Amino acid sequence: MSFPHAPSRRAMLAGSGALFAWAHMPRLAHAEGRDPRFLTIILRGALDGLATVAPAGDPDWIALRGDNALRFDSKIPPLKLDSFFALNPAMPNLHHMFQANEAIIVHACATPYRERSHFDGQDLLESGLPQPAPSDSGWLNRTLHGLASAGRVEAGERARALGIGPALPLVVRGPAPVLTWSPQNAPAASEDTARRLLDLYRHADLKLANVMEENAKLVAMEHTDDMRKAPGNQPRAYFADAAGTAAKFLAQPDGPRIGALALDGWDTHNNEGIAGGRLAQLLGSLDGALAAVKANMGPAWRETVVALVTEFGRTARINGTDGTDHGTATVALLAGGALKGGRVIADWPGLKPADLYEDRDLKPTTDLRAVLKGVLKDHLRVEDRALAETVFPGSKNIKPVAGLVG
Amino acid sequence: MTPRGKEAAALGLHRFGFGPRLRRDNYSLDAIATDPRGAILADLERPKAGYLPVDLPSSTQAARAVSDFRAEEHAKQKLAQRAAKDANGTAPASRMSDAAHPPATAMAVPPPLADNKKPPLPQQIVQNEASARFDAAVESTIGFVERLVWFWSNHFCISADKDVATVGAYEREAIRPYVLGRFGDMLAAVESHPGMLFYLDNVHSMGGASIDGINRDKGLNENLAREILELHTLGVRSGYSQADVTNFANVLTGWSWIDPAEPGHGGEFVFNKRLHEPGDQVVLGKTYPDEGVAQGREVLADLARHQSTAQHIALKLARHFVADDPPPSLVAKLAKTFDSSGGNLKALAKTLVTADESWAPQRKKLRPPSEWIAATLRVAKATPEPSSLIDLRTPADDWLNIGRLMNFQVVLGQPLWRPPAPNGWLDTEAAWIDGVPRRLGIANEIASRARLEVDPLDLLEGSLGPLASAETRQTIWRAESRTQAFALLLMTPEFLRR
Repeated sequence: MSFPHAPSRRAMLAGSGALFAWAHMPRLAHAEGRDPRFLTIILRGALDGLATVAPAGDPDWIALRGDNALRFDSKIPPLKLDSFFALNPAMPNLHHMFQANEAIIVHACATPYRERSHFDGQDLLESGLPQPAPSDSGWLNRTLHGLASAGRVEAGERARALGIGPALPLVVRGPAPVLTWSPQNAPAASEDTARRLLDLYRHADLKLANVMEENAKLVAMEHTDDMRKAPGNQPRAYFADAAGTAAKFLAQPDGPRIGALALDGWDTHNNEGIAGGRLAQLLGSLDGALAAVKANMGPAWRETVVALVTEFGRTARINGTDGTDHGTATVALLAGGALKGGRVIADWPGLKPADLYEDRDLKPTTDLRAVLKGVLKDHLRVEDRALAETVFPGSKNIKPVAGLVG
Repeated sequence: MTPRGKEAAALGLHRFGFGPRLRRDNYSLDAIATDPRGAILADLERPKAGYLPVDLPSSTQAARAVSDFRAEEHAKQKLAQRAAKDANGTAPASRMSDAAHPPATAMAVPPPLADNKKPPLPQQIVQNEASARFDAAVESTIGFVERLVWFWSNHFCISADKDVATVGAYEREAIRPYVLGRFGDMLAAVESHPGMLFYLDNVHSMGGASIDGINRDKGLNENLAREILELHTLGVRSGYSQADVTNFANVLTGWSWIDPAEPGHGGEFVFNKRLHEPGDQVVLGKTYPDEGVAQGREVLADLARHQSTAQHIALKLARHFVADDPPPSLVAKLAKTFDSSGGNLKALAKTLVTADESWAPQRKKLRPPSEWIAATLRVAKATPEPSSLIDLRTPADDWLNIGRLMNFQVVLGQPLWRPPAPNGWLDTEAAWIDGVPRRLGIANEIASRARLEVDPLDLLEGSLGPLASAETRQTIWRAESRTQAFALLLMTPEFLRR
């Protein structure tokens, strides 16, 4: 992959990701001889935290998920994180990072949102507000804006902005200018979208259903000889391209330092496929994206934090169609050489029916804002007051998690 | 039982227009829910209804510009060929003189275009026309008159594959001015338009006994006469004979154009007496004396009044707007109006909207690709005003440009103004349903670039309202992201059908 063209100033506000840039690094970090990078990846659709990082050592775990439980003695062995938690085997790169103390997993973690609508949940995750409300800015943009207006970003060339992907996520929209950049190929309609449509047609319009089914057969025939175009490989290429490109920009000496992009497809209601199936493919794609970030960061990786966050988790139990429905707590994944990694941080709530939130979801014990505030504070040197009032308004009582970066 | 209130508003806007146009605080469903029929009828009463507020070249100007462009291109090619020949074909002996004479190639290579992104002139002309047409469909409040324009333009179609220069101007000159006027006037304008005369090969048709016919030993081309009878007026198998076709073709000899290569006045309609077959002609049992161009005008006027024409138009109109197999009672009402009003197309449109049959709640018509794209843009289109409900922004500052919209139509099998045959695009489900899966890719692409700040359920409510089934609502509600919800909305049966 060659390096993309320099983004133009005119290319404002597009793309499903964006990177903030300033001509120089934050002053405080600069004074310490640091040049921190921070990339946020929004996982839309609600990631199943329990299938990503399984509490394999919890005695109630297997009873909860049965055949769908990742266990230490699974046929495809999971990647051991400690005596209690196991990482999905689709994520060997993240596992290497974990072993090299470059990754932290925060479990039983959630935003303050306690309903189960994707749209509201994503808005809240990205706006940083304590409850669903219309917002035209996201916490990442306000972070940069706050640093800039407090004179904490060195003057010089005005802050620029840049986007990765076809549409700009809310987390990066706001008063600070944004540059955007889009990979040449937007992600094609996913198999999941086509399947949802087919389900609807089967109920509502059989003629359309037949046409979609016939078409799917043709597509399948076309793809037998061409693995690169196989539908399962399609998110893999897009994820790696989008995240890898973000890293190339972040790695540049005068490039952007903060960015965000969104990766879709995590709403696994049917045939979730935690090992070898759909979720495993998605997690593998995500793992590939992380590897691309690390590779493209080069030496800057040691000053990097990547936060992978999702709007909420999924039901603790498997539903009637071998999937999971909308839930509450999940995992937040942090990766990067700047981390004091190699740890799973969890105030584990347990998995007995009485331990579950509303007798269905993993109970949240860590506020995601505490994790993000911890990173923003220690990595970018954002002040407590700004974190509590403008970045995550109304979060004064949510203390930043200390010691993530170091 | 015909729907009422908001349901009727949604039904009406989808069936007679391009669906509701969504803008912040302007959900057209609510705006017209008290009197949906009245709102759609009112579209016919707008001043300048049917006209485009644009200043574009006329068909003759466009034809001459394209002719000039092609001549220049041809000259450039010739020069380049000559230069290449000189460079390769010269004998070694003559190379001695090369030092004294710089190689011809240095001068013959045309300078690069000032703006390489601009398409060649013929495509520019078509794109400007297409852009004006899309804008009218996307920005109209109700859209009924635009739909009528599209219907008549397809009924009297010509193709850019045959003549790229005039296809857009033809619609503005021969269709739009008459869309709420008289059928006979539209027919006269269409059949005497250079675009049609060239498309259906009448420009070189000549009577065997005409001056040019005798001098050049050439004769008749029946194409235009046959298609007028079969497609434009009476309809196929409506009782005319081969003799009628031949005689009518004789009537139309001389209806031609001035070659666009003629500087100053090329591309215009002309009645060329030297091509015209002299003498009376009998068409459908009536004798038309030879009065030059008036002979043809009289045949057309009689065809416009013919019972079979009324039936033919009534069926096509009902099929287009209401159902592939429309209720016979509706067709009868339309034919009666056509007949009694002397082919008054505004009266015909009113009958269509006021007939209860047109408001049947079953929505089985599959939107053809062009209409679906317009309907999609009415939900998603970037508009410069900040009040737009959804703002589509693009890295290349105008991602949804006209070139891309036209390409969407190509991908979906209905390239704009390029129907495969003179009968135009087919108006039945069978013609379009196989292409539906391809629409998903386009829906997804548009949705993934839309800056969606509204709840997808609000979009659903604004676009389909009460028409949306419980399953559809659930599908949108359960989508994993706004992007997915928007793509799915554009692909719901309720949005694909009208």
